[in-house]
Amino acid sequence: MKFAYYPGCSLEGSSREYDESLRAVCEALGIQLVEIPQWNCCGASSAHQVDSFLKIALPALDLLKAEEMGLPILAPCAACFLNLKRAKKALLEDEKLKTKLSSLFGKNFQGKTQVFHPLWVFSNSELIERLSGLIKVKLSELKLVCYYGCYLVRPPEITEVDDPENPQLMERIMEALGIQVINWAWKVDCCGGSHSLLNPHLVKKLSKRLVQKAKESGAQGIVVACPLCQANLDLYQENQNMPIYYFTELMGFSFGIKDAKNWFKRHMVKPSLG
Amino acid sequence: MTFKEVFPELFKCYQCLSCTLGCPLAEEMDLKPHKLVNMLILGKDKEVLNSLTPWICASCESCQVRCPNGVPLSELMDQIRQKGIKERIYKGKASALPLVFLKEIKKRGRIHEISLILGLKRLVGFKVSMEELRIGLRMFLKGKLRMRPTKRVSSESFKRIFEEVSF
Repeated sequence: MKFAYYPGCSLEGSSREYDESLRAVCEALGIQLVEIPQWNCCGASSAHQVDSFLKIALPALDLLKAEEMGLPILAPCAACFLNLKRAKKALLEDEKLKTKLSSLFGKNFQGKTQVFHPLWVFSNSELIERLSGLIKVKLSELKLVCYYGCYLVRPPEITEVDDPENPQLMERIMEALGIQVINWAWKVDCCGGSHSLLNPHLVKKLSKRLVQKAKESGAQGIVVACPLCQANLDLYQENQNMPIYYFTELMGFSFGIKDAKNWFKRHMVKPSLG
Repeated sequence: MTFKEVFPELFKCYQCLSCTLGCPLAEEMDLKPHKLVNMLILGKDKEVLNSLTPWICASCESCQVRCPNGVPLSELMDQIRQKGIKERIYKGKASALPLVFLKEIKKRGRIHEISLILGLKRLVGFKVSMEELRIGLRMFLKGKLRMRPTKRVSSESFKRIFEEVSF
């Protein structure tokens, strides 16, 4: 299995532990990642607010680069994942837009590059079997809730999630690691996203409440699959002492990868593992 | 063109309030989502463009996904923000984020978080609250912040994208 890897800007900055744990876990699973050369930002939470063409054109250029590599894209950030998939859908459905972008980039755009988030890859039955064989450290004492936030699930016609109100992708992976996954009602509620930059009080309000709800359901930690969710829940909780794990960190820790302790060092709330 | 001419789906709204009840930030908004739809149906675009609501909206897309009548609320919010920015109608600081963000992308190809924050501060003022200071310091001490910007990324195709748009 081989992917054109699109880390995205957060994974080069505040979420390096997500990048490092994902790379380590892929290596253990025999998944090859080739970083897309010269990838550019997908427009994140901003392009769509300013210009509808920009919202498609920025990720489309990354789709084109992956197309030239002849590989499907692996995008670990929820916003990158959604923007890339949205651009792909627009290119398939809008012939005029495809022609415009093809002439703008001077390339013949196919627009058929597949886009995956690692949750979709790891939760398929073949990979679940493969990862079950790699477990060295048992995590069966750990009680966690899985949190998806927005862009891994919404809008479902783009994300192609199993169930937009009660997804099970992360649960399947965590259960394969032996973790006790607790069901809760808040897994697709918003953490406040990029409001952390100008309106942190809004993020604080939402993130604090999510952590509180996780605590009430008996969880010892929250598992996430998005860099913004991790940062917001980790930074804006209030003395609630709730560790926020990337699902890849728990996989890596369970595989006995030694680097795991370095990933956890960058968390605000120190995980109870390692 | 008014919003109701561009989005005839607005008329399918029967005010069930699903959008507002599921909105995580509705209580912060001066115009609740269902009310905003109503205003657009009445042709009161100006009031909507001047409201805080589109800038409080976190684009979580719950409203659009849960609307039983397929009113494209998230798409509407985007169009309201786009119009507000293009016609310089909304002047609050909330619109600073997308604009500074895109200028950073245009300049570097990628987002370097510290440069983004400095760009925002230049626009909204350098006053730093104790809370921001505390969070910044914790992030720095934990090694969360990347000090050095990543290498700039650009290409002819990339430049051409930005030649197509103005903001």
